[in-house]
Amino acid sequence: MDAEAVLDVRDLRVGFGRGVDLVDGVSFSIAPREILGLVGESGSGKSLTSLAIMGLIPAPGRVGGQIGFRGTELLALSEAERRALRGRRIAMIFQDPMSALTPVYRIGWQIAEQIRAHLDLSRRPTETRVLDLLSAMGIADPRRVASAYPHQLSGGLRQRAMIAMALSCDPDLLIADEPTTALDVTVQAQILELILRLRDEFASAVLLITHDLGVVAQIADRVAVMYCGRIAERGPREAMFGAHARVHPYTAGLLGSIPRLHGPRVARLAAIPGSPPNAALRPPGCAFSPRCAHASARCDTPPPIVPLGDAHEIACILPAVAAEPDHV
Amino acid sequence: MMPLDATILSPSRLALRRLRRDPSALAAIAVLALVTLACLAAGLYARHVAHTDPFTSDVAAAITLHGQLTDIMQPNDNPLHLGLTPIGPTWSVQYLLGSDPQGRDVAARLLYGGRNSLLISASASLLCIAMAAVVGILAGYFGGFVDAALSRMMDIMWAIPVYLFAISLSIVTVAQDLHLGPITIASDNLILPIVIIAIVYVPYAARPIRGRVLSLRHAEFVTVARSLGVREARILLRDILPNVAPTLIVLAPLVMALAMLAESALSFLSIGVQAPAASWGTIINDGQGLIYTRPMVAIAPGLAIVVTVLALNVLGDSLRDALDAREGDR
Repeated sequence: MDAEAVLDVRDLRVGFGRGVDLVDGVSFSIAPREILGLVGESGSGKSLTSLAIMGLIPAPGRVGGQIGFRGTELLALSEAERRALRGRRIAMIFQDPMSALTPVYRIGWQIAEQIRAHLDLSRRPTETRVLDLLSAMGIADPRRVASAYPHQLSGGLRQRAMIAMALSCDPDLLIADEPTTALDVTVQAQILELILRLRDEFASAVLLITHDLGVVAQIADRVAVMYCGRIAERGPREAMFGAHARVHPYTAGLLGSIPRLHGPRVARLAAIPGSPPNAALRPPGCAFSPRCAHASARCDTPPPIVPLGDAHEIACILPAVAAEPDHV
Repeated sequence: MMPLDATILSPSRLALRRLRRDPSALAAIAVLALVTLACLAAGLYARHVAHTDPFTSDVAAAITLHGQLTDIMQPNDNPLHLGLTPIGPTWSVQYLLGSDPQGRDVAARLLYGGRNSLLISASASLLCIAMAAVVGILAGYFGGFVDAALSRMMDIMWAIPVYLFAISLSIVTVAQDLHLGPITIASDNLILPIVIIAIVYVPYAARPIRGRVLSLRHAEFVTVARSLGVREARILLRDILPNVAPTLIVLAPLVMALAMLAESALSFLSIGVQAPAASWGTIINDGQGLIYTRPMVAIAPGLAIVVTVLALNVLGDSLRDALDAREGDR
């Protein structure tokens, strides 16, 4: 186990009942103060991965593999021990800050409650800490926001309050599950900037889960691409978004489907043909092969992990393809 | 606890404000307050206005009416003047609504009976909501086996007609004093009808509560609370209970209306409040034999029930509107 890493996930498997593993042998690690972008389509297993790390997979779920957190094996801990970690050392923020906050309490109360649950602070210091946290989130009027109910705030303010709550106990790891998806674009940029800044101020590592490559390209240090419950590619951001980057065919397809501001205008955006397979119907070899333009008979066996240097690896038999596809 | 911004109202303050602006809610509250106050003043009315004891029968009594001494029990109108009929409504201070077959002042008994009817229905409603909240929250939140067991139990209870169920329970308990170990509950103790009525309406109230909790259980803020390391018991108290509170508050007057009807029905069948104590149901029972000659004996408590139940239902509806936290201030 990597003792240096904040989080070291090895061969994580998540499934429900007697069904197939929806997360099928996922491995990655996050260094202190690092932002890891976990990218994938809906249903690729990225949210299940985050819930497994939190220990919140509902019954009848089963979780296998190893999840090392600062040298402790999380899957070996009792429920009480995991609960003590949740919110204290691993915190999570969610996609929709409206439904993530309890509608019947004031924002300040909810943050204070969270602080009291984990830290032994009396009333006054708690109150001060709530206001400090809200100011640290770039909220100009923390007193007003603390007195407000969730429905009285804008989406951006709610997400800031949610992040304040998650960071209230200085966690080592912050899991952000689609933190900007429910927000409009300008607010999105502000929240991403906030996460970048807070990473330095609070010294937390961040697992950023998103389907938006643009978000990842902006703030992630390293990127892991998930497809159908498996990691297709992982590596440093520069290695994947650079001008001459060579990536997994799936990543290339994702990058090709993003409209670009610069360069020649394309008549039609390239789309990946087909749709992600149901995990139960996953082909025996490479899960992406049915949709891959480069697929051959060799793709019917599980793909090897091919290192491309600089901690950049892809799960593909090809020596990677160009990140910028030729638009025809 | 937090420094408050005075312009931001809490949900309960907001609901109160909406209620104050709702004319039908105000009317319902006024009617209920009036009925309650009148019933609380029953003793004053009996002693100082009607000068009567509404709990002892006195068929030989006579009152002065329009300057004449008049018997309470009057000979019948038939040609032979056989039998006696109690005096009808005098519309004066004594025997305002007439007398019942035992020579007791119906108006005074109506007020005393209202006390019992209101007390029983209000207590039964609170007890019923409390039990239903426990059942509904446990079933809705824990789901699975707990839900299946509790819900099937509710189904079975609900499958038995409410009055039949209440009557069976009453007959077991009211026929003789109930002995629970060292505790003996007299058969005329009001606790009995309260508990019986509360039990039979638990399924009615538990279902909507369970439904609400079922949707709350999957609300994201519950997952968030878990992700923040909050204990299950604390989530139930902190996140689930306050969010079902509006459902409980709306159900309370509706269940009270049902409880009042049930109480009247049971008392009418002589298995609720026991003579000589009165409730609106027992007075209707007293008036049963006089329905052709002195209908006011049965009509008066009937009207009281109708008015109170109607007001309770209107109040329940208004509360439902006022407590909808998602809607803005109107």
